[in-house]
Amino acid sequence: MLSKAQIFSKAQISRKTQIFRKAQAIPMSFTENPRYDHLCDHQVHFSRRTLLGAGGAGVMMSAIARRLAWADEQGVTDSARPKSVILLWLQGGPSQLETFDPHPGGIYGGDASAIKTSVKGMQISELLPQTAEQMHLASLIRSVTSKEGDHERAVYNIKTGYRPDPTLKHPSVGAVLCHADQGGADIPRHISIVPNGFPGRGGYLGAGYDAFKIYDPAQPVPDIRRSVPESRFEQRVADLYDVVESEFQRGRLRQLETTRTLHRTVTEGALRMMSSQQLDAFEVSSEPKEVLEAFGDSAFGRGVLAASRLIEVGARCVEVSLGGWDSHITNHSLQAAACENLDPALAALLKRLEERDLLDSTLVVCGGEFGRTPAINPAEGRDHWPHGFSVLLAGCGIRRAAVYGETAENPKLDSDKPIADVVDPVTVGDLHATILTALGVDYEEELETPIGRPMKRSEGKPIEAILDV
Amino acid sequence: MVRCRRRLHSRMRLYPSLEILFMSKLRKVATASFRWGWFVLLVLLAFGYMVAGLSGNQLLRIDFRLDSQTVVARQVDSSAMPAVKNIEQTILPTVEKINADRNQRLNRLGLECSQPSDWLTVCRRLSLALVGNGLSLEEIRTLEQIDESKRERMHLENLLQDQRFHHYWAERWSRFLVGTDGGQFIVYRRRRFRIWLAEVFAANQRYDQTVRELLTAEGLWTDKPQVNFLTATFDSNDGSADPIRLAARTSRVFLGLRIDCLQCHNDFLGNVNLGDAPDLREGMQQDFHQLAAFFSSAKTNGLQGVRDGEVDYSYKYLNDEKETDVEVGVPFLPGLLPVEGKPRARLAAWVTHPENLQAARAAVSHVWALMFGRAIGETVDNLPLDEPTHPMMDSLARDFVAHGFDLRRLIRVIAASEAFRADSRAEFEITPEHEQSFAVFPLVRLRPEQVAGAIIQAARIKTTDRESSFVLQLLTMTGTNDFVTQYGDIGEDEFNSDSITITQRLLMMNGKLLRELVESNPILNASKHVGMFAHDTPQTVELLYLSALNRFPTSSEKKHFVSRIDCSENTDEAIEDLFWVLLNSSELAWNH
Repeated sequence: MLSKAQIFSKAQISRKTQIFRKAQAIPMSFTENPRYDHLCDHQVHFSRRTLLGAGGAGVMMSAIARRLAWADEQGVTDSARPKSVILLWLQGGPSQLETFDPHPGGIYGGDASAIKTSVKGMQISELLPQTAEQMHLASLIRSVTSKEGDHERAVYNIKTGYRPDPTLKHPSVGAVLCHADQGGADIPRHISIVPNGFPGRGGYLGAGYDAFKIYDPAQPVPDIRRSVPESRFEQRVADLYDVVESEFQRGRLRQLETTRTLHRTVTEGALRMMSSQQLDAFEVSSEPKEVLEAFGDSAFGRGVLAASRLIEVGARCVEVSLGGWDSHITNHSLQAAACENLDPALAALLKRLEERDLLDSTLVVCGGEFGRTPAINPAEGRDHWPHGFSVLLAGCGIRRAAVYGETAENPKLDSDKPIADVVDPVTVGDLHATILTALGVDYEEELETPIGRPMKRSEGKPIEAILDV
Repeated sequence: MVRCRRRLHSRMRLYPSLEILFMSKLRKVATASFRWGWFVLLVLLAFGYMVAGLSGNQLLRIDFRLDSQTVVARQVDSSAMPAVKNIEQTILPTVEKINADRNQRLNRLGLECSQPSDWLTVCRRLSLALVGNGLSLEEIRTLEQIDESKRERMHLENLLQDQRFHHYWAERWSRFLVGTDGGQFIVYRRRRFRIWLAEVFAANQRYDQTVRELLTAEGLWTDKPQVNFLTATFDSNDGSADPIRLAARTSRVFLGLRIDCLQCHNDFLGNVNLGDAPDLREGMQQDFHQLAAFFSSAKTNGLQGVRDGEVDYSYKYLNDEKETDVEVGVPFLPGLLPVEGKPRARLAAWVTHPENLQAARAAVSHVWALMFGRAIGETVDNLPLDEPTHPMMDSLARDFVAHGFDLRRLIRVIAASEAFRADSRAEFEITPEHEQSFAVFPLVRLRPEQVAGAIIQAARIKTTDRESSFVLQLLTMTGTNDFVTQYGDIGEDEFNSDSITITQRLLMMNGKLLRELVESNPILNASKHVGMFAHDTPQTVELLYLSALNRFPTSSEKKHFVSRIDCSENTDEAIEDLFWVLLNSSELAWNH
């Protein structure tokens, strides 16, 4: 620890600043800084990553260089990359009939017609023409059913795989994945882009697994920039730990920091993130104009592009939300407007992941909390319908060009047996078991909850028919 | 002047059109004044109202000498002292009893206990527990006027009368009673419920009366806010009260039992034991559903809202082939359940029966958790019948029942106990066991609202309360809401002391709220006020510590930061830096 004389010494401060500035191209974590040696035993190491970074000499590392560097640090090759998931969350309940399960000839078909896709015999809504060209990369499940027809409860249900339970808050799939794979990255590994009230939560796994929230990637990542010059910020941090925190520890629990507060540890992570080159992944503006255009000029499109960049630098789960699907009135026009945002982004994402050889290690999930009623209400809208709706899955060993399950063209809509018309119904638990299996996570493993109640990651069964073994 | 006027009149005679023009303009001005004058007046009044607190309470009347002898924004009401003394006398036997219970337990466990904390630390705990933020500099200086031995009690009595306490506890209890979910239980309903609870706390209504009103609520949710205890479950039961969710909620909040698992199966792990001691038995599905059956009598009746009706509840138990009609029943002490009466009224009478000590324990457990920020046992809402209760808990529960379910008395007893007043530091090595046994005051991470409240209050010299200016209240409210949204609300899991997250640290280090509170703002911020009006640098450091951490700096801290400020080329910046450091510290974010 530095003495107060050293702390007050301007020479010392300027020397530290010089070290810091000199090392801008070399990621230097909080603990790697000589000032903070006492905080952690991390050692500065010149890995291939740091060398690659230094080679950039202040210039952004290319995506490929970052990937190589990251993979080198993780000790993995592309074939053994930790798996990631990108969740395109369609908030509000997309209509299956206007997206992935059209029945144009049926009595409830509505105004949307069906178009051919890149898969022979598979048709989807005409509102998704670009996606139709990429369907050979994906599987469609057209028979998801649940028992939740309220937005909040259904979102909880689909995101966690469990129905709301007053005794326990379940973790969302991103939290489960990050918990199962503790691999490191400078940036948070669970990220929610354009969150709209229901971002992924850590649940009983803890707030540490909550999604890190960012908004339109056209804007800077929130709270990541210092509000004072670097040297002043560093002095603040030094005073915090050398003076105030050390006083707080006196006379309290032994190893207060490591067993209780984790204040320094988490601050170190935050500082590492603030100076990490991985932050570049959020900055989609560095992509060529045609790439930006391909994903669509919208917050959602930019978010999906950012998601594809983030998984390359170590993020494990990125969810990107798109609202506008809750079409109780004028269903067709609302669904069409939402599809205009979804279509280019989804198609461009699948194409990009395939081209960059990332689809084998990235699972794309696209869906909402429920579907919409086959029957069209007097306001020309469709209401909530959890009894047979669609979810798209792609990548990570999910069979390509496949369709699982079926809804009837002219369903009977028997309120006593709402899923009687659904062929091969899939529960939300099954959907989660499938997702976890694709990601290489044991869905049956029981986790210990804070109340001592063992809880399986999922209580469903994987859909073997769409899993390439 | 007269000559000029004559000249003007003569010109007007010469030029009649000028006169007409002049009169016309005059009329227009007069008309506009009449038409818009009220608006201008209104704007002026509104402006006056909004800044009233700023000019009156916040700045001008403050004596910025800021030392303990002279800063008196609020005079101490010395007439209140005898009443405080009387209250102290009435609770003394109970306090001595629970102190004896604690010491006996610590002796048995062979644990040392820490010395009592200083008055500032105890007062900070009281403020955090009752109003959700630390002490203001104004409060500290006011308390310094009275004898040190009386400061804690005086502060407690002030807080119990404070509207901030009523509203803060209303929010905390809303979470216990209706959770934090949105859905059908939209913001307005929740707000109605919370305001009703605030009125309950303001009136110091008997706890048993409140429980009865909740369990037997009838009417429209707009007219009878307490009925929202039931309407909170409408979303999962087609617009009617959901008996299953209400049974789970009732058992947790009012009975201190987690029997939710019995909804689906009998207890086979030995986790839930019910019945009457000493003949406890394993929990059965029937226990849960008989409790749920009470709530099936809450019928939704159109414009009349919730009305009492007949019990109408059936359930298909595990391994049964068909549904069974379920009668009402209680999971223990069935002899206390009245035979006659409306179903929910019978349940309410049973829950609030003076001999139903388990229900009283549940109330004590929740109050204890709000005071300490952690449960007296493992969890707040699970006090198993087959496990020995903490002796302090039993004494408190008996006292609570014996003294008319008086929540304020319960708070006073806990606040006066050695457990609450114990230091969180000790000369001996503190272990988690010391904290669990309350041999020392446990370190507890503050809730997001408390962190927001603590940093906002720290940045103001005066207390931010409902007497503050409208502008200040608005800033506090919006600042708190935005901060909590970004910091991450932990929902109903109030007492799970999760570790801090990267998002939270980024928000504290670089976030907008903290930046605005720390910056040199001569109108609002303590950092600037202190810098402007402190006698010297040591006092500046002292005042910033008092504002932020509610304690005096140690000599080494003072020496360090005095030197830091004096050596700085920009004093304002150095003060901002110190304030940033204090607001970013663990000490601010933890109750100790």
